[in-house]
Amino acid sequence: MTSLDLSTGSLRDVNAALQAAESGEFVITHPQGAHALACGLNASVEVKIEGPVGYYCAGMNQLATVLVDGNAGTGLAENIMSGSVTITGNAGQSAAATGHGGLVVIQGDASARCGISMKGVDIVVGGNVGHMSAFMAQAGNLVVLGDAGDDLGDSIYEARLFVRGTVASLGADCIEKEMRPEHLEFLTTCLTESGMDADVSDFRRYGSARTLYNFQPDDVDAASESTERSDG
Amino acid sequence: MSNDWHLQKSHTFSPEVMAEIRRAANTGVYSIRGFGAKRQLPNFDDLVFLGASMSRYPLEGYRESCGTDVVLGARNASEPIHLDIPVTIAGMSFGSLSANAKEALGRGASAVGTSTTTGDGGMTDEERSHSTKLVYQYLPSRYGMNPDDLRRADAIEVVVGQGAKPGGGGMLMGQKIDARVASMRTLPEGIDQRSACRHPDWTGPDDLEIKIIELREITGWRKPIYVKIGAARPYYDTALAVKAGADVVVVDGMQGGTAATQDVFIEHVGIPTLAAVPEAVRALKELGMHRTVQLIVAGGIRSGADVAKALALGADAVSIGTAALVAIGDNDPALDEEYRALGSAAGYWDQYQAGNDPAGITTQDPVLASRLDPELAGRRLANYLKVLTLEAQTLARACGKSHVHNLEPQDLAALTVEAAAMAGVPLAGTTWIPGKDETDRESD
Repeated sequence: MTSLDLSTGSLRDVNAALQAAESGEFVITHPQGAHALACGLNASVEVKIEGPVGYYCAGMNQLATVLVDGNAGTGLAENIMSGSVTITGNAGQSAAATGHGGLVVIQGDASARCGISMKGVDIVVGGNVGHMSAFMAQAGNLVVLGDAGDDLGDSIYEARLFVRGTVASLGADCIEKEMRPEHLEFLTTCLTESGMDADVSDFRRYGSARTLYNFQPDDVDAASESTERSDG
Repeated sequence: MSNDWHLQKSHTFSPEVMAEIRRAANTGVYSIRGFGAKRQLPNFDDLVFLGASMSRYPLEGYRESCGTDVVLGARNASEPIHLDIPVTIAGMSFGSLSANAKEALGRGASAVGTSTTTGDGGMTDEERSHSTKLVYQYLPSRYGMNPDDLRRADAIEVVVGQGAKPGGGGMLMGQKIDARVASMRTLPEGIDQRSACRHPDWTGPDDLEIKIIELREITGWRKPIYVKIGAARPYYDTALAVKAGADVVVVDGMQGGTAATQDVFIEHVGIPTLAAVPEAVRALKELGMHRTVQLIVAGGIRSGADVAKALALGADAVSIGTAALVAIGDNDPALDEEYRALGSAAGYWDQYQAGNDPAGITTQDPVLASRLDPELAGRRLANYLKVLTLEAQTLARACGKSHVHNLEPQDLAALTVEAAAMAGVPLAGTTWIPGKDETDRESD
């Protein structure tokens, strides 16, 4: 176990040490809301951060396991590729934005735009998510044990959204969908992996109606020609 | 032959305007096209160089050296980019362009020591391997964005906006979203893709400052960070980009091209490149950052004269997109018959977005794409870039400059009142700069 103290070391030094490691366990003390902490990791290291972090903590994570004991600012685990990021507190807006893979667990609430443009990541939120969550969500799963704010899943593509509580409103092209056995199976596995306890039968599923996928031009000229032919 | 001389044409309702009204009435969908603004705009043709005479001493055209190199990104990056020429290739995505076209751009640019840029869709191995200097765009959509590509890029360009559509996101029509493009962007095959116009995890210059720190932390503070803005409020946007930590600011005027977006956006949003450059330079100078933060100007650059004029107004380099595509063979008149079969004609770039480009450049159709020989196309681009550079050198020497960066606004005069006002140089034959009095000019 290696301890790195941000009250005495610089952000660059701490991140460089984490990025250079190929394995091992690290504890970061006195994070004091530092931005861009533990970002760009690319190895199977385990990192525990003892305290609150600022923007973009664990950004673009690959392979690493990061635990934040506290709250996180904007863009927690943005563009995560693999590995896992867990926080015990609440997350600011755009948590796990554009994440391509891996698992992000937020034990508290997540603010607006949680999972925006997500591209394959699995996100589990113990509390509520704010407005415009899963906006333009392309792939992956967002699991919310609490409630979802306005315009959930606006302009969504193929991501799957599971909400146990209420949904204030659905965004454009987002609809409720049937919960099939494979979805219950996924939820069971996902909740177990993220250490959450909930009855999967309480969840409802939301996804894309796929009506915005292509422009739908009219063709009055063709209809007019057709009418002329039938008249003739 | 019919004689319509007794009929009076309307300038308000021209044949083109009425054709668009009929098209809209038939389809109920706005017009979507590629290319940049087609309307007549004040541009670099409205400026002339004064050349040396009694008060200035010219350099010999073929004998005396005239430098063209430029260093980009030394403000904060430990590995700035060194270019041999002040002309770069603008961001154009694999998806909007074929893999062969991207390879050709890489080959041509590398042959003359300059950089290419990825686009909205991620980095391909083809363009990385054929580009000795590759700028990786960091876009609102984050399609294909991954930290491995970030690390193997030579610079990172945070795209805030694009000249063709400041405030708008990109489009890529379903014909171009084949299996490979869809996979790279994590999208369903065949959809009409509409990219986000806002970044998903930052909302203003203060956030951007932190985002840039994150990008630097991930890449070990080695890579230059560019910030690209569509020309709308270039004075303020440039100042804010510098404040956010940009090493390089890219300003893209409204003549800048796009793969596809709404025609109404292309023609009615943003300001001309000519008007944008002096405002961006003013912001840099007021901050004491001119030449410390480099300025790259894009949008309708076609010739060495355009290059030299942009540099004279204070840019460090220019970027070309549409001209590069023309150089490698797009919209060639030899293919006119095939363009007409698509409902367009060579040189018009209509139906450009649909992915049926007979030149094999703006397409994902494997048969069409195979028509482009990337080696020959790369040679054409290299030749064109050489000509741009030679022309810029010729003009610089004529003004007595031993480096193209020594060109200055005092080497220019304007041919129109509009250009004089926008460029901040005197109307030819006068000392008049509209909007400036003598005191302003002395303080400059």
